[in-house]
Amino acid sequence: MIKSVLMEKVAEKVKNFTKKDVEVIADAIFDNMKGSLAKGEKIEIRGFGSFKVKKHKARKGRNPKTGESIDINAKKNPFFKVGKELKERINSSR
Amino acid sequence: MTKSDIVENIFEKVGFSKKDVAEVVELIFDTIKDSLEKGDNVKISGFGNFVVRQKRARRGRNPQTGKELTITARKVLTFKSSHILKDAVNAK
Repeated sequence: MIKSVLMEKVAEKVKNFTKKDVEVIADAIFDNMKGSLAKGEKIEIRGFGSFKVKKHKARKGRNPKTGESIDINAKKNPFFKVGKELKERINSSR
Repeated sequence: MTKSDIVENIFEKVGFSKKDVAEVVELIFDTIKDSLEKGDNVKISGFGNFVVRQKRARRGRNPQTGKELTITARKVLTFKSSHILKDAVNAK
């Protein structure tokens, strides 16, 4: 399901909102979440899961093809941990 | 940051009441969950993809007791962040 389909589905469920309104809110949500993660904050959505930023130290790597040693810079990666409720819901469906 | 913080942060910007925004935020996450529960992946452009993966049963070991056991087949949810999100997180 892509975002526009998600927007349609949500708009069908709310009375006073158009698809456009829902879209504005959804964009604000994900933008806000992105900004929060960029600051290194943790986000917790009850019943869904949590997002945090994992830090990786700089390390030496190797080009597997040539065997050449290269430096891999330190980096940060967004990480999502599934909430217990959602984990169980996904696993119980067949 | 929690769901209520998100509502607090955005309701003025989007120009709807806090109550209305809270309702829509709730519905957005509910609808995403419903889709994932059905095994349907969810793609949010500019943020990332939520992907349901089918895992096969495999042999595992209880790391505490060392006893061998079978890990049953299951579905797991993974999140693959978009490059836009990765870049935002790595920007100084």
